[in-house]
Amino acid sequence: MAGQIRIRAKLEGDVAEVKALMRHPMETGQRKDSAGNKIPAHFITQVIAKMGDKVVLESQWGAAVSQNPFLSFRVKGAKAGDTITVEWLDNKGETDSGEAVVK
Amino acid sequence: MIIKRLPKLKVIGLCLGLFGVNSAIAQDDPFAEYRAMMGDDNPAIFVSEEGADLWQAPNGPKQASFEQCDLGLGPGIVEGAYAQLPRYFADTQQVMDLESRLFYCMETLQGRSPEEARKKPYSSTGDMGTEIEALVTYIAEQSTGMPIALPQQHPLEIAAYEQGKSLFYYRAGPHDFSCATCHRQSDKRIRLQNLPNLTTNEGAGAAYSSWPAYRISQGLVRTMGWRMQSCGRQQRLPELQPGSEAVISLMTFMGVNAKGTEMAAPGLKR
Repeated sequence: MAGQIRIRAKLEGDVAEVKALMRHPMETGQRKDSAGNKIPAHFITQVIAKMGDKVVLESQWGAAVSQNPFLSFRVKGAKAGDTITVEWLDNKGETDSGEAVVK
Repeated sequence: MIIKRLPKLKVIGLCLGLFGVNSAIAQDDPFAEYRAMMGDDNPAIFVSEEGADLWQAPNGPKQASFEQCDLGLGPGIVEGAYAQLPRYFADTQQVMDLESRLFYCMETLQGRSPEEARKKPYSSTGDMGTEIEALVTYIAEQSTGMPIALPQQHPLEIAAYEQGKSLFYYRAGPHDFSCATCHRQSDKRIRLQNLPNLTTNEGAGAAYSSWPAYRISQGLVRTMGWRMQSCGRQQRLPELQPGSEAVISLMTFMGVNAKGTEMAAPGLKR
């Protein structure tokens, strides 16, 4: 399940538009399965995006974000060839990251 | 008095008319905007990658992969196979859809029992997808851009179409519903969901080419077989079994009506 983030970063002028698609169940802890048992909460709590070594976005997430979240943001001052990294941490302590080169 | 009042009414009528048009566009396909934002980033790509791995992975008592599985174009040929299914298979002497063909390969190539192969084709709430869903997504994606071309040469293929057609119009169940009740008129919808007119090339094409699809509301990829089963459930019919004759006939009716439309699966849907 883990190990899957798809990132694309497209440059327009000096602004890079980054689109990241993450694979995650994002269970709220409120749902029940077909047998009536509660499905334990499992969701991303923190997302950090970096350009090179510099943190450009830091966000705290919760159970209200959808399954397989899609995140889009813009980074000013980006150049072609810069590396964008997106990393998440979830409530179970699992983590995943992915990177893309600005084009 | 009447003459004086008429122009006023006309103006009001026109305003309402315009309002109607605008809200119709917004309501017609609110998911089009969502799709435009996502671009090529359909979460189904993760499922498709999983399917590609499953296709190559040895499985079952015989430890065989699906790579020798014949989907109609020869053993192991995946490209373009989905656009020509359901079709007649000489080895089983049956018309089969992709799901029934995968069950067949699980049994014959991998040596798995029919019960095990059919144990759980479709996900329930809280699941992250099934083997069948992943395989179907991967295989359907290998037909992207190809025109839907179900063969109609073999007598059983023609019979499947005819049976599908009669099932489509057959009213049954406590609500006296047929598929045609919802799907034989154009430009209708249930709540926000557009209903394709499956009796036309355009409607059947739009529907057939976009399944399997990632359902945003469910966070899962759903297959055409699931869609059929779910429609049957909404009609309060006995549960349609995946890969059954009824499902295959209905798919054949729809796929033949969709002839020539380019495949665009996996789709992205409500």
